[in-house]
Amino acid sequence: MRFVDEYRDAGKARALAARIAALCEPGRAYKFMEVCGGHTHTIYKHGLEDYLPACVSLVHGPGCPVCVIPMGRVDDAIAIAEQPDVIMTSFGDMMRVPGGNGSFLDAKARGADIRMVYSPLDALKIARDNPDRRVVFLAIGFETTAPSTAMTVMRAAAERIGNFSVFCNHVTIIPAIKAILDSPDLRLDGFIGPGHVSTVIGCRPYEFIAHDYGKPLVVAGFEPLDVLQAVHRNLVQLAEGRVEIENQYGRVVPWNGNPKALAVINEVMELRPTFEWRGLGFISDSALCVRERYAEFDAERVFQVPGFRVADPKACQCGEVLKGVLKPWECKVFGTACTPETPIGTCMVSSEGACAAYYNFGRFSRDRVKEATRA
Amino acid sequence: MNRDEQVLNPAPPEAQDRERLVLARIERARRARPRLREELVTLAHGAGGKAGRTLVEAVFLEAFRNPLLEPLADGAILAPGTSRERPDAERPVERSADGRVDQAASAPALAFTTDSYVVTPLFFPGGDIGDLAVNGTVNDLAMCGARPEHLSAAFILEEGFPIADLRRIAATMAEAARAAGVTIVTGDTKVVQRGKADGCYITTAGVGTVAPGVRLGASEVRPGDAVIVSGPIGEHGVTVMLARGGLDIEADDLVSDTAPLNGLTARLLDACPGRQVRCLRDATRGGVATVLNEVAQTAEVAVVVEEEAVPVRPSVRGACELLGIDPLYVACEGRMVAVVAGDRADAALAALRGHPLGEGAAVVGRIGEDPPGLVLLKTGFGGTRIVDLLVGDPLPRIC
Repeated sequence: MRFVDEYRDAGKARALAARIAALCEPGRAYKFMEVCGGHTHTIYKHGLEDYLPACVSLVHGPGCPVCVIPMGRVDDAIAIAEQPDVIMTSFGDMMRVPGGNGSFLDAKARGADIRMVYSPLDALKIARDNPDRRVVFLAIGFETTAPSTAMTVMRAAAERIGNFSVFCNHVTIIPAIKAILDSPDLRLDGFIGPGHVSTVIGCRPYEFIAHDYGKPLVVAGFEPLDVLQAVHRNLVQLAEGRVEIENQYGRVVPWNGNPKALAVINEVMELRPTFEWRGLGFISDSALCVRERYAEFDAERVFQVPGFRVADPKACQCGEVLKGVLKPWECKVFGTACTPETPIGTCMVSSEGACAAYYNFGRFSRDRVKEATRA
Repeated sequence: MNRDEQVLNPAPPEAQDRERLVLARIERARRARPRLREELVTLAHGAGGKAGRTLVEAVFLEAFRNPLLEPLADGAILAPGTSRERPDAERPVERSADGRVDQAASAPALAFTTDSYVVTPLFFPGGDIGDLAVNGTVNDLAMCGARPEHLSAAFILEEGFPIADLRRIAATMAEAARAAGVTIVTGDTKVVQRGKADGCYITTAGVGTVAPGVRLGASEVRPGDAVIVSGPIGEHGVTVMLARGGLDIEADDLVSDTAPLNGLTARLLDACPGRQVRCLRDATRGGVATVLNEVAQTAEVAVVVEEEAVPVRPSVRGACELLGIDPLYVACEGRMVAVVAGDRADAALAALRGHPLGEGAAVVGRIGEDPPGLVLLKTGFGGTRIVDLLVGDPLPRIC
């Protein structure tokens, strides 16, 4: 398949792996955080760690939109979904995310009308087709998906579709990275920067990471060679004593981002003073809500939203996993009480969650696998 | 790639030991009989993954338990002379570990199976619910090593369903039955109020005969065996997903792979006599990945699959790539996984490729000893990963 296979070439990967190994200083251990859950997924799905020397470890970051949704927001969404005449819509990833009282799938089985959509415009179409129902789109995601939510709200306003609203849970990536950098219990050597978010925000917003924190960051694409190349470029910077923001994903990410997309977000949304992140707690200026001028499309204004606050289950260590402090398997309930079928934490739900990726793709002992795959 | 050459600074041994302990704990948890925790049926229970298996074991197996049902295979093999009260009374029959009857010393036995069909949309490129209802049950019989003979067909129809559509479905079923060499000999029709069903649901049951000497089952699989798939995978599932509309993805060359596999299995059993075909499974709900997991867990073996050897048409790969799903989990309705003795792999492949439905057959992997119960994939990129049972529906990723 064109534009895919060339980024999954095993020969190129082997050559790159040799260069990565050659760059590692003997006796030194390297830790790079892949901020985005999409990268985590790629790393496990393609078995990318097989190419890394043992002294290079990848730490999974907070960039999984589903993973950072606090349980209380899930309960709020279910409370909206269970109101009369409501059709709740969301991306498939949200369906199994546990709240304090079950997930969307459970609410659906109890009778709520909850539908999976592939785009907020599909939700708008449902609203158009069901004028006697109130259609709510549960919006999640970083700056990647915020423009399409904003566009949909603008379209709803232009077409005067009065039975459509958005339950906005969009978050922004920079405050999350800053929270990680300020966290005392983590020592990182560099970052693999999120690719899709950067198509919108560009590379400039990361510059403080190099200036203020002295860490390199390489914005990377989502194919396995992209990620391997980002590791290589980080190591090259460290070897040369440089600390810079680099763009490996130039085929998609412009240095200055996408001004039109940013303008659309800015038209419809504004920063919330503070927002709760699962595992990371409240972070100021880290999330978006719908502006006053689009109030009639804001589910938080249209509906009575209970504003549930639910403490994460005690056993769950998603917060530590999201911050990269714990590897998924180091969590006490990983793989036993918390599995993809019966997730306790969000990291076990989304295909981009570190725990789900590790459980589904990477859960084996490397030595035994080496034996098994020896042809 | 030799990993040892790269290791400059191995991870501290105590971390490796801890990880190994955790993995062992997880394997124990995974083997424990899963508990059914839900109070209501959710869509996840119908998606062919772990949740569905748990529901069947906790509710149906618990209530109906008997040696013929216990393997939860595609169909049951009824030994000649089997009576309800004393299954083994009339003549001693040898049973394999998974409850299958050993036909080595017996006369032809009866294979019996049933399946329900609830596809949306009812008509899709390459077929309709009628094809599925006949081929699906024919294939369940074929996977038992049986020669399918007779089918029943029961219809649940929604008030207001067009008779013209029903005629069309019946005509397809008649044609599919003719192609598979079976006759539909009994049936039933129920009509429910508008809104109580989605147009038309069909349940078919089938019987067939199993020749003496045939014994198939996942428990027959052993290390050294070869894993074959009979053709490009995922076409039915992707076709139906696209036919539902709403995705705005077009793939003109994609049609469902629905087909009767009894011709193919007969050829294969002829080419590899004497129990050299260990196990046959049609890769329906949950796809090839689910079949391989069942084999790995039942036989307590490792299944090692080469991603690049798995045949997938470019349009299926493209659609799966866009939707963020793995073709290994996508349903087929005319493809099977065959595990055969390692030294008969070439003969098996030749036999399959000699049949129009097996032209694209390929050896995709082999059976190993360790780690037992796991399916490992050597990725095209050159890494290794697990292929686990799917949880819930294959959901699209969002960004």
